[in-house]
Amino acid sequence: MSAESILPLELAEVGFSAGGNRILDGITARFEKGPVSVILGANGAGKSVLLRLCHGLLAPTQGRIAWDGGFGGDPRRRQAMVFQRPVMLRRSALANVAYGLAIAGVGRGERLASGRQMLERVGLLALAERPARLLSGGEQQRLALARAWVMKPEVLFLDEPTANLDPSATRAVEAIVAAIAGEGTKVIMTTHDLGQARRLADEILFLHRGRLIERAPKAIFFTQPHTPEAGAFLRGDLPWD
Amino acid sequence: MGDLGQAGSAAIQLILGADVRLWSIVALSLKVSLAATVIAAAIGLPLGALVALKDFPGRNLAIVVLNACMGLPPVVVGLVVYLLLSRAGPLGPLGLLFTPGAMIVAQTLLILPIIAAVSRQIVADAWGEYREQLTSLGAGSVQAAATLLYDCRFSLMTAILAGFGRAAAEVGAVLVVGGNIDGVTRVMTTSIALETSKGDLPQALGLGFVLMAIVLAVNAAALALRNAAARQGA
Repeated sequence: MSAESILPLELAEVGFSAGGNRILDGITARFEKGPVSVILGANGAGKSVLLRLCHGLLAPTQGRIAWDGGFGGDPRRRQAMVFQRPVMLRRSALANVAYGLAIAGVGRGERLASGRQMLERVGLLALAERPARLLSGGEQQRLALARAWVMKPEVLFLDEPTANLDPSATRAVEAIVAAIAGEGTKVIMTTHDLGQARRLADEILFLHRGRLIERAPKAIFFTQPHTPEAGAFLRGDLPWD
Repeated sequence: MGDLGQAGSAAIQLILGADVRLWSIVALSLKVSLAATVIAAAIGLPLGALVALKDFPGRNLAIVVLNACMGLPPVVVGLVVYLLLSRAGPLGPLGLLFTPGAMIVAQTLLILPIIAAVSRQIVADAWGEYREQLTSLGAGSVQAAATLLYDCRFSLMTAILAGFGRAAAEVGAVLVVGGNIDGVTRVMTTSIALETSKGDLPQALGLGFVLMAIVLAVNAAALALRNAAARQGA
């Protein structure tokens, strides 16, 4: 990574409406390099939309999102995202990992070498030539992580990366996410899995009905949440209305 | 019924007897329709993909026109190409009229909208699934179009086959621009029309059998390809 960074990411009074429904409202936040930020909230709280806004897949209908670091180029090139249901290209696992590098103009030999290296790190090297769509759900998600990681992103967005996985596949994915964060990539992820938030997060952002109502370091959020909504979420209460 | 039976057995004898006249007609038909299919696919696949992905003014109109052109009457296409290629027409100096070249041009125009419209639909559906992922990976619209064409390659075979089937089976366009000249521009369909009107049913029926067999074989091959692809997770 070059000296200039795209971080911090600045959100000012960001709102998003679609079809007359206000999905997000008045989100103001700043994401710095470093801590793993986990966006927590119930289904429909707006977590996925918030990630898509940050990543630039959606444009906010109110407010402003800016990458305030000194990086002069297209900030999109320094970010990657892994989706809840990753789309596997109809080609081999290795070709999937190499794809983003090809888009970025990396030569063939180098992309295959980097791709193999990355597959090894996520434990899929033995399946390099296997068509990606024939991999299991957990393998596909690890492949999606490799595909994002190989781009050496400064920021990695993860949208409920283990929502459809069994416990052992979830553990494998979490180990990879921890490794990515450990190498200095800023991870911003959503989950509704409290255990996962405890295991991976440094700080928690709690979304409730489209609003960011609480943000705290993990230890504080889980022991002394400020808002009754966060407290109810932590206790596993069902929504009362 | 007796006529049909007699004609049928005579037709089979023609086919099995490797009748030179019959097989040269078959060969020209295949040459013309395959060439038209290759050219129309080379233009139609990228065209369909770009219309699917690119937002431009008049896009909806373009889609409507493209879809409507799938049903172009072959004789009308033949007439337009005839006017373009006739001695007084803008492309007259090429001297293509009443040659296989003119027939290839006419069939290309006839099936280009089919291949472009069907591939636009296939690519647009896939784009719905791929859009966020490819955008996230940094693909521009040309790169995304190329990726989708590659990833949809087996479904797109259907579009290409539909085009080939239409080209091989049409009679109006090749008749108007080719002229059905014996040994030069006579193909299966024009020959069937002619022989039927002359009352030479064995020749007409024999060519009809061959035409059906070709279309069946092509579709069987396509199905086999699709099944093989499905086994590979493609």
